Parts: sequence; structure tokens; C-alpha cells
Amino acid sequence: MRFMVLVPGSPESEAGEMPSTELLGTMTKYNEELVKAGVMLAGEGLHPTSRGAKVRFNRNERTVIDGPFTEAKELVAGYWIWECASREEAIEWLKRAPFDGGVEIELRQIFEADDFGEQLTPELREANERLRKRTAQN
Amino acid sequence: MTPSATHRAIDAVWRIESARLIAGLTRIVRDVAVAEDLAQDALVAALEQWPESGIPDRPGAWLMATAKRRGIDELRRRVTVERKHELIGRELETLQQLDRPDLAARVDDVQDDVLRLIFMTCHPVLSREARVALTLRLLGGLSTPEIARAFLVPEGTVAQRIVRAKRTLAEARVPFEVPARDELAERLSTVLEVIYLVFNEGYAATAGEHWIRPALCEDALRLGRILAALMPREAEVHGLLALMELQASRLRARVGPRGEPVLLADQDRARWDHLLVQRGLAGLRRAEELHGALGPYTLQAAIAACHARARSVEETDWPRIVALYDGLAALTGSPVVELNRAVAVTMAFGPEAGLEIVDSLADDPALRGYHLLPSVRGDVLVRLGRLAEAREEFERAADLCDNERERELLLSRAVACGA
Repeated sequence: MRFMVLVPGSPESEAGEMPSTELLGTMTKYNEELVKAGVMLAGEGLHPTSRGAKVRFNRNERTVIDGPFTEAKELVAGYWIWECASREEAIEWLKRAPFDGGVEIELRQIFEADDFGEQLTPELREANERLRKRTAQN
Repeated sequence: MTPSATHRAIDAVWRIESARLIAGLTRIVRDVAVAEDLAQDALVAALEQWPESGIPDRPGAWLMATAKRRGIDELRRRVTVERKHELIGRELETLQQLDRPDLAARVDDVQDDVLRLIFMTCHPVLSREARVALTLRLLGGLSTPEIARAFLVPEGTVAQRIVRAKRTLAEARVPFEVPARDELAERLSTVLEVIYLVFNEGYAATAGEHWIRPALCEDALRLGRILAALMPREAEVHGLLALMELQASRLRARVGPRGEPVLLADQDRARWDHLLVQRGLAGLRRAEELHGALGPYTLQAAIAACHARARSVEETDWPRIVALYDGLAALTGSPVVELNRAVAVTMAFGPEAGLEIVDSLADDPALRGYHLLPSVRGDVLVRLGRLAEAREEFERAADLCDNERERELLLSRAVACGA
């Protein structure tokens, strides 16, 4: 099963400051360990929200809100995608990450086709397929 | 934590640590059977103690320390039972080795140990079945019942296979090392074969009621990813991993709602796993950059990549696939590759050309009893409008096929050809 690990932002990440050489070193080592264990599928850092935007949806109205956004700790500054055999394994890996200072890292399981189960009825599947065919023609 | 939650967490720790633990212990005691026993003892100790004490901060180091202590205790016990001078030199040496404190801490060495262990469990003195079982057990962290379930053989058979394999390794004095440069290519191809065998059994189960068994594919992918990280300069390692990632990207599109197989041409390509496609294409690029002549796995990955890049069957670059199969056929001389080439030729240059190749394979002894030969021939005949003959071929293929789901598909194709 696949997991996404969401790393929250901080005042430093929002200011666009690069982490210290020391932290980069330990993080690289941790990433290497994930790769060598065959666990890491992807992982990226995100630019500060000052380079991002939000779009607010209200009926037909679309409002664009430019960054930066407040509440740094509720923002995402980076993510990993892991392949693990169980939630417990993902937690074990996350426990080994070199974070500190009370930061909380969120772990979420990614939906896979089987998880939809009964919800994805043959009719819905067919409707999806029709939609995809039409998009493919464009 | 509840006891069952702790047990699940211990399972997870075991999955993460067992290969490194057994590899590190094998380096010390030079006997994979003893190493595994010590590692298992440490696991038992964890199961006894962690529900009370909680999981230690560094569970890997705890397991290693415990395994070494058990090893020392066991040897000391034997020393008191027997007279000291009767202790064989090897055990004395082991005892001294186990007493060295620094071994678990050297992370890079431990990674090298894992690589040495892979070459040991895939050693040519072992039978293919033994290599697969031992590799899944010692490097994949699978239990004997899990391996037995995966390959649909009785547990006793797998247990026997593993015990005998470990004995064979000890008797043949197979060294715990990465092979030297002059034999590396040959030994590496054995390792890659083991990983791909595991993958294929998951991707197109040879027997049983399920058509695919994704858990086996995941185990093979994990082993492939570990190997790619340990041997980043070996093109074929990346080639095999790319091949598996590209094939696995189609897994969920490969099975219909009732568990029936869905062939490539009929798959909903939007359901392919695009993260795996991207990883596969990137891995293929790495393999191609490493050296000029492409190996068999890299060529197969390049073929899989042609499908991955195409939005539909019609948009597939079939002439390029034919060219890649030409290269693969020249390299392997395999009639199975030739049969695949016939399919590509059919798509690129028409069914007459394809049929010519298929018919040239009709008497090949290596394909006798292989259900895909009549299945492909049936396919080509359908395209030629020779439906009565096609029907016979599909029926013959169904007779030869051991997988129930695949047999149903072949029979339905026979029926579709009409009376």
C-alpha cells in the first residue's frame, strides 16, 4: 500500500531559507535509507507559498488569491510517497525521520483502485470510461 | 499500545530490519542458517519483551545486540557442556566475533552485507526454486507460510526447500561476498532472474484461480529497488527494475471487475499507474545512459516503454517494438521472444507476416505445451478472418493453460469465433 507523508512548513521554509548543511546531510542520509530499503517512490520539496496561489470557488465565481499564506504550520512544505506493506511499517519508517522541536508529520494512506470497492459500480466505471475516451479524443 | 498493535508494529520492524540483521549476522558467523536462527531468537525476545517495555528507540540495534548476546550464550552453554578443547575452532572464532561491539553500527558495511546476502541466496549451487524461496525468506522478510501461499505449494515443501538450501550453501562453502568482476555479470544475471521469477509469478500466475497476485509483484519490486540502490552502476539492474515498474503500472487495468484478465489492447489506459510509468521511464533512461549495448532486461523495458508512452493500441510505435524484439531475439535466441516478435510484426506489418513467424515456431520443442503459442496463432488467424481455425487454436490453448481465469478468457475467445 502507498502512503503520502506531508511535511509542514515553518517560518524558515516560508522565508525561502534553505535548511542548514547539517540538516540537509541528515535528511539526505534518511532519504538514502528509504531508497535502499525500496520504500521511497517519490519525494519533493515545495517552494514557499509566496510563489503559490489559491483559487476560491463560489458558484460560478473564481477568485484567485496570491500567496504568501499565513499559518505556516498548516501549510505543506514537502512530501514523500512511500510503498509499504502496512500502516505500521510506514509509521516505523516515519519514526526514523530526522525531525525535532515538536513538529508533527502527517502520514496518510493513498487510495488505490481496490479501496473504492463497491462504490465504483460498473455504471460509474463505464461513465468514467466514456469521459476518458472523450478527453483522449481532444 | 495494545498487545496486537505491538505485534503488528513488531512485524513492521521485522520487515524493515530482518534482511540487514541476517546479513550482518551472516558476516559474523559465516553461516546463513546460524545467522537466521540468531535473528529469529532475537525476534522471539522482542515478541516477549516489547509488549511490556515498548518498542525501543533503535529497534534494529536492539535486535542485533540481542541476537549477538544469544549467540554468545548459546556457545558458552555448549562450552560448559563439552570440554573446552573439544570446541571446534570455528565456534571459538564465532564467539570472538560476536563479542566485538562495533559491528551493528557501521551502516554502509551493513548495506554491503545485504548485497553479499543477495548473491548468496541466489547462488548457482542452489536450484531455482531454492533460490526463490531463500531470497524471499531472508531478503524479502516473508515467512515460510507466506511463501507457500504465494507459490501454491505445501508449507512443508517450502520449509524443506529452505532447510536444504541452507545446508547446500554451508556444504559448498559458498563465500559471503560480492563476486569478483570477471564473474559478476553471470552471477548478477542469476540474481535478476530470481527477482523476475517472483515478479512474473505475481504478474501472470502460472496456476490457481487468480490471474494476478499483486503482493508478489510488490515483493519483487522492493527487491529490485533495493538492488538498484545497492548497485547503481549496473545497467541491467535498472533495466529489470524499469521493466517491472512499467509492467506493474498496468496491474490494476489488467483485471476486470469479476477477476477476469484484460489484455493490453482492451485495457483502460487511464487506469494505469502513472507514478510507476514515470519511475519506469526514468529507470530505463538510467539503464540506457550507463552503457551502449542494451541487455535483455533493458530491451524488454524499452518495449514496455513503447506501450507506456502510447495513448492507444493504434498509436503504439509497433515498428520500433519489432526492432527491439529483433535485438532481443538476437541476444537470447529464445523461441518465446520470437513468439512475442510475431505479435509485434502482426501489428506493424500485418497478420500474414506474423503468421509466417508463428508457423516457423510450430515444431519448436521449447514451445511444446506452451498455451501462448496456439493463443497467438488464434489471434493472428482472427485478423486474417480464418475464424474456424482460430477457434480450434483458442480451444487448444485453453486445454494447455493451468490458470483458471486465463482458461476462461481463452474459451470465451473461442466462442466469439462462432461455430
